[in-house]
Amino acid sequence: MDLDALASCLASPACLVTQTTSGLIIGMLLFLVAVGLTLIFGVLKVVNFSHGAFYMFGAYFAMTAYQLTGSFALAILAGAAGTAILGLTFERLFMSRVYGRDVLMQLLVCYAFVLIFDDVVRMIWGPEFKSMGMPAAFQVPPLFIAGGVVPPYYLLLIGVALAAAVVLGLGLARSRIGKVIRAAAHNPGMVSALGINTGLIYGGVFALGGMLAGLAGALAAPVRSLTPGMGFSVLIESFIVTVIGGMGSILGALIGALLIGLIRSFGSLSFPLFTEGLMYLFMVIVLVSRPTGLFGKEVA
Amino acid sequence: MTRTRKPGISRRSTLALMGAGAVTFAAPWVARAEAKTIKIGMPTILSGRVAQLGTSSRNAVMLEVEKVNAAGGLAGRQIEMVIRDSKGQPQEAARIARELVNTDGCEMLLDGEASSGSFAVHEVARDLGVLCIHTCSEASSLTADPKQHIPNAFRCVRQGIHDSIVGAGYAAGIAKAKGLKKWATCSPDYAYGRDTTGEFVLYLKKFAPDVEIISESWPKLFQPDYTEVVTKILQAKPQALYSCLWGGDLTSYIDQANIYALFTQMEVFAVNMADYTALTVVKNLPKGIHSGDRYIKTFPATPENAAWGDAYKAKYNEYPTNWSWQNATAVMFLNEAVKKANSTDGKKVAEVLTGLTIKCPFGADGTVTMRADDRTLVGYAIGWGTTIPQEPYVPDVKAGDWKTIFELEAEWKKSKGYT
Repeated sequence: MDLDALASCLASPACLVTQTTSGLIIGMLLFLVAVGLTLIFGVLKVVNFSHGAFYMFGAYFAMTAYQLTGSFALAILAGAAGTAILGLTFERLFMSRVYGRDVLMQLLVCYAFVLIFDDVVRMIWGPEFKSMGMPAAFQVPPLFIAGGVVPPYYLLLIGVALAAAVVLGLGLARSRIGKVIRAAAHNPGMVSALGINTGLIYGGVFALGGMLAGLAGALAAPVRSLTPGMGFSVLIESFIVTVIGGMGSILGALIGALLIGLIRSFGSLSFPLFTEGLMYLFMVIVLVSRPTGLFGKEVA
Repeated sequence: MTRTRKPGISRRSTLALMGAGAVTFAAPWVARAEAKTIKIGMPTILSGRVAQLGTSSRNAVMLEVEKVNAAGGLAGRQIEMVIRDSKGQPQEAARIARELVNTDGCEMLLDGEASSGSFAVHEVARDLGVLCIHTCSEASSLTADPKQHIPNAFRCVRQGIHDSIVGAGYAAGIAKAKGLKKWATCSPDYAYGRDTTGEFVLYLKKFAPDVEIISESWPKLFQPDYTEVVTKILQAKPQALYSCLWGGDLTSYIDQANIYALFTQMEVFAVNMADYTALTVVKNLPKGIHSGDRYIKTFPATPENAAWGDAYKAKYNEYPTNWSWQNATAVMFLNEAVKKANSTDGKKVAEVLTGLTIKCPFGADGTVTMRADDRTLVGYAIGWGTTIPQEPYVPDVKAGDWKTIFELEAEWKKSKGYT
């Protein structure tokens, strides 16, 4: 425990800026994965344990597109679009068959696909770890804001994730499709009776969730090593985020992810040997005080 | 018309008899053919995050076994490798090792496990008395601790303590020359990371007493994001950083630290950088990272080593790893020991192996020795240098001095109560 380090950091604007942006970066990537998870749970009532695989595929799709085209924008697009198509296919062919079934069956199907997807990646891209490399446009010295260090790439990353959060939040709240999705989440039978194709809604939501995870993977690809199974550790942290924020709540996912990011970033200064533990401790505190999570709704 | 059977032996019976006779006479042939091959078992890690290292171990073994078999085999017996995947789990490694000997009839074991698994395989070797050569575990205690000593087990691997002594000597030289007094460490939070970092710091302070460790980071193994670790190190403002992160963790760390321009703000010593698995993967490798040699075909700078690295690349379309040369050396040792013993009997081979020196492309002076008192590999090429982003990656490796290594290793063993 090193509380002095934390105190001196809080007193220094440079340290405060660096550690806060560091927390935002960790949090925003987590948010993109967790929000897909929470969206799928909110509408489809399925805990998608294979969600980490979409993050992994997003990264691999982006790397391949980047190697083929040399364009980072296309790489991000490939990561997001590729995983959206994959999500839709996966939902229509497999997940749609286990809706309303025993949770154990859903879990088994998802877990089977975690293994299958890992092996598919191993077969296509090989078992060894890969690196995409930072696009030339971002191979620049970091910015210094109030003495704190902020890499320009991370500003892009935070911006894209924030934009995704805003579009998603507004889209669900204001647009017609958003209203239909919310209605389908609340009463799918009634939505179906009104002549709306719920299968399409479900497939679309799953594709959207997969796309967000894929986007996170694509954005992380330049700074993280790519390996089969890379989605697993992200998935665990995403679950912590959704549990803290409340399953099914988009705002909850955002706040939960940012809190985890800041806990990691400032926790590493004050509790270097207990940073991981801090996350779990925080989750326990939230669960004890608010079992439905910070923004979760009581299940009737 | 009716057909009558002639008395005596029918044609069908004759055929059956002939067949039985053929089998009877051929049986010794089959038996002889089986005895002529010698099965060598090898548990290693062929799936999961470390699969690349296990695969490169298997590749290196097969490369050498093919040579031995082409030259007539081990004492006239062709080698048949039985290689199984332990998935990196110690209990699985032990189970496979036992099965390889008891069920598959393997007469020797090459233990291609990481440290955690190798201790488990070591216990199987102790129990079954089978000749076993550890080919991947760098944990010093595996052979330094006398409790682990058994006459049938050897270690053909570089050792953590050797790396720490050479690395700290090299780093201390640079620390003194450049006045690097404030150091930070960042290593994975498990036995290897803790032990290796501890030993490095111990010798660094011994060689350069002014050095002070002002920040320690222990990210967990396979952590995807190191941002908070990178920024923490930047806050501490050390003059130098030591890390024994490896593989995908090291490349992730470099990618993430790069965009914070960490490598321009301090000297970085990363013992596991100079392995082709990491060197060829990092796209924007910063210039001037100090690293220990893992496997580099230009160190030792001999035609034999370069030829071996090229032959491996030609066959498998990738460069060998640190685990590759160690496994290849183990097969070379077996080959020489069997020649000298003129037998494949495990006990006789073990007796010859103890203290055996062989010619080897990876030797500091062209030879390596299986030291007699702790049955471990010494005399291999060991050194540190600075990396550049393209081949040969580490153009100038400064070789460690084995005399110093032996002296300090002896002191270390005494301090640990091993001698």
